[in-house]
Amino acid sequence: MVVGVLTPEELEKLKEAVDERKKLITTLRGKPWPMMKKLQTLKESQEFVEKYEGALGRGRGRKLYAYKVMMQKKWMKFLRDFENFKTACIPWEMKIKDIESHFGSSVASYFIFLRWMYGINMILFGLTFGLVMVPEALMGRPYGSIPRKTVPRADETSAMDFAILWDFGGFAKYSVLFYGYYNNQRTVGWLKFRMPLSYFLIGVGTVAYSYMVVIRKMARNANEQGGGDDTSFNFSWKMFTSWDYLIGNPETADNKFASITTSFKEAIVEEQENRKDDNIHLTRFLRVLANFLVLCCLAGSGYLIFFVVRRSQKFALAGLENYGWWERNEVNMVMSLLGMFCPMLFDVISSLENYHPRIALQWQLGRIFALFLGNLYTFIIALMDEINLKRKEEEVIIANMTLWQASLYNGTLGENNTTPVITVDPADVPRGPCWETMVGQEFVRLIISDTMTTYVTLLIGDFLRAFIVRFLNYCWCWDLEYGFPSYSEFDVSGNVLGLIFNQGMICDERAAPARLHVPAVLGSHVLQRPPGAVFKASGSNNFYMAMLLVILFLSTLPAIYTIVSIPPSFDCGPFSGKSRMFDVIQETLENDFPAWFGMVFSYVSNPGLVLPFLLLMILAIYYLHSISKTYKQSNLDLKKKLQTQNEENKKKNKRAALKAATELEEARNTLQEQQSQSNNNASNRGDRRLNDSNGTTNQIENGHTAKNHCRPPYPHRCMDRPSVPRGPGMPGYLPGLPHRPAP
Amino acid sequence: MGTDALRAGWIWDGSEGNPLCSEMGNKQTIFTPQQLDAYQDCTFFTRKEILRLYQRYRDLAPQLVPLDYTSQPDVKLPYLLIGSMPELKDNPFRQRIAEVFSEDGEGNMSLDDFLDMFSVLSEMAPRELKAYYAFKIYDFNNDDFICKSDLEKTLNKLTRNELTEDEVRMVCEKVMDEADLDNDGRLSLEDFQQMIVRAPEFLR
Repeated sequence: MVVGVLTPEELEKLKEAVDERKKLITTLRGKPWPMMKKLQTLKESQEFVEKYEGALGRGRGRKLYAYKVMMQKKWMKFLRDFENFKTACIPWEMKIKDIESHFGSSVASYFIFLRWMYGINMILFGLTFGLVMVPEALMGRPYGSIPRKTVPRADETSAMDFAILWDFGGFAKYSVLFYGYYNNQRTVGWLKFRMPLSYFLIGVGTVAYSYMVVIRKMARNANEQGGGDDTSFNFSWKMFTSWDYLIGNPETADNKFASITTSFKEAIVEEQENRKDDNIHLTRFLRVLANFLVLCCLAGSGYLIFFVVRRSQKFALAGLENYGWWERNEVNMVMSLLGMFCPMLFDVISSLENYHPRIALQWQLGRIFALFLGNLYTFIIALMDEINLKRKEEEVIIANMTLWQASLYNGTLGENNTTPVITVDPADVPRGPCWETMVGQEFVRLIISDTMTTYVTLLIGDFLRAFIVRFLNYCWCWDLEYGFPSYSEFDVSGNVLGLIFNQGMICDERAAPARLHVPAVLGSHVLQRPPGAVFKASGSNNFYMAMLLVILFLSTLPAIYTIVSIPPSFDCGPFSGKSRMFDVIQETLENDFPAWFGMVFSYVSNPGLVLPFLLLMILAIYYLHSISKTYKQSNLDLKKKLQTQNEENKKKNKRAALKAATELEEARNTLQEQQSQSNNNASNRGDRRLNDSNGTTNQIENGHTAKNHCRPPYPHRCMDRPSVPRGPGMPGYLPGLPHRPAP
Repeated sequence: MGTDALRAGWIWDGSEGNPLCSEMGNKQTIFTPQQLDAYQDCTFFTRKEILRLYQRYRDLAPQLVPLDYTSQPDVKLPYLLIGSMPELKDNPFRQRIAEVFSEDGEGNMSLDDFLDMFSVLSEMAPRELKAYYAFKIYDFNNDDFICKSDLEKTLNKLTRNELTEDEVRMVCEKVMDEADLDNDGRLSLEDFQQMIVRAPEFLR
């Protein structure tokens, strides 16, 4: 069809039609049609578009239009290919899908979480490595040039021992990994790279980045969730959404069936309120007892750690060489072991409490949280003690330094101005204790020992257990696989918690000056059973994100405290010689930026300005919080209104339909009566009338039934003569009746 | 309802050394380029995935499925073969799924139906689409409403008949209570969608 000259309106309409078709083509895959229909529609739409697209382009800029269309097509193709490429690039996607099909989606979500954290750690490691370690290694002064970079003479012989290296002493201690190695030169190398500034900023930056990433993820999760925990459709959701369509493994399927059945049974029991607390006082007493026991446990573990750290200090003072492996690693071992056995203890104690499983899980997680937190903080406090000790040592050494220097120049102290430069081998210079490196070392040791214990328990606890169960099962009296000890379950929430705490410790250690990023534990959970009871502590992932946030915050707190209040060591690290670590910022402002900048900054950092600003932020937070509350409330109200409106509408419809039905019945009855009456009359008056009225009644009936196909049942106001079937708008037609158009 | 089973381990084995991918994998002769483009527009899959799906389909019955689809042959695989796929084997609703997506309503699927089914089940399909098909799957008697007997059947399939009669009845009543907004004793598509859209775990 040749399209001649079109009026602008027609052109417009045509363009609209073409656009509509194009939109249809793009959304075709989301339409709930069978494939045949989709293919057909696609063909038609494409033909339409092709036919008229050329026509549209006629006249002005046809070539341009055609070109634009072609570019669009190419762009869509490119986008599609890029999406494919991106998905192919995601690491471990295959493995995770495999796990998902074998074990279900909650286990897979743990691994997805793990992967995400791994990604973040990699980014942070990249930053640190690239901007701190590499410049120092390449452009800073090499090993052995200044005292802080050299192994002291006394330790030289043992510096390469494996045991010492494993403990991060010896050569490991005097390397770019630890704080102490860094020189406090303001700029290094030909690039004039500001080393101390970079160190400080990267430290602050990594923490800030972690926060930002976690909060962004939380916000995104919150958006997706929308309503949050709603219990209004409990049973419906259980019925329609509990099956995990990703399961492709018969064992997993069996487990899933079992768990679904259990979940239903429990829900039923709850619903029937058969759980009569026969003795509420007993339950209460037991719960109080359980909490008391838990508190005792927590206090006990805290004290144990404190005690052990003190002991290790004593060992350190007496010289570590005198003690065996256990004494040296006592602190780390104790912390890791506590972290392993206390949760099991809590589990046992919680059986006293007799809570609903979801609530019990929340309590359990809360207690493990408190345990880890308590341990971490006790550890940090003990470290603080050590730091203070080291600082006192430092003062002593500073005093000694002057004496030692004097001893070097023995005899030549007379001349004040020209003291000859005596070269001393850096290894021989007496060293300050350098508490920053010590803290870094402690944390690194802790993390490594934690990882080791996890692996070992995994091997012994799970692997060996599975091994024994699988092989002894053949020659054992009861079924080992289903009874005791069976395979161990994959405790998703416990593992996630462990991951989160690992991250917290890494953050701590990063903020404190060690530069080692140990990626989180990638355990091999080969022979573990998927969790039987899938109870999540909360509906969304945000629970774990929130915990991560809290841990981050709590672990950066001590680090910030040290940065702000404790002066750095005098002879090691990039901040040596300054009175506070953040002085480096001041220095940079004074020297590297123009004068007016410094002035502006000093005005801005005036407490008179900062305090009102803080106040403003607090007020803004409060305001936003109250607004979001009101929005949520109005949302709920609207939902309720919508629901009641729907109910009203449908009730009305139902009532009307019912009414129509009853009236139809009535009409039929009266018609029957009429019929019988007129039959009687006819039989009295003779055949002719009979035939007539029969005919008419037949007609009426036929008309009635015929009309019934095309119109909704409406009452026949039957009178003596056959009435015209009434439609809407005619007198006698009941208003409000459903009026369906003829098919 | 998200099974991205394609991405799982199974579909990746056997993709090497099959008659489809020769050299660069561009010279496949099963479909015309137009057909492949049409499939890409009608499903959520890429070209590669469509070819892989074809291979999976063919693997179910190599002697029935021709190697050349350019002439659009009318080949349907019986439900027994479809239901034996590892992705569907353990699913209690596999029969309903096959019935919903097959043209004849009996579960015998052509390649088009096969692609359609996996497209909807994949993780790229939007929630609303899945909800629509989920409704059809749970509607056992195909009357466009989920009535009490449909609910009972669903529950029994889900728990493999482990619950007692009373329990089943109670649960179905509760579900009707919760989700039936228009109080007509059965769930319409709107009721179902209202309920599903708020579910926190629907997409899984």
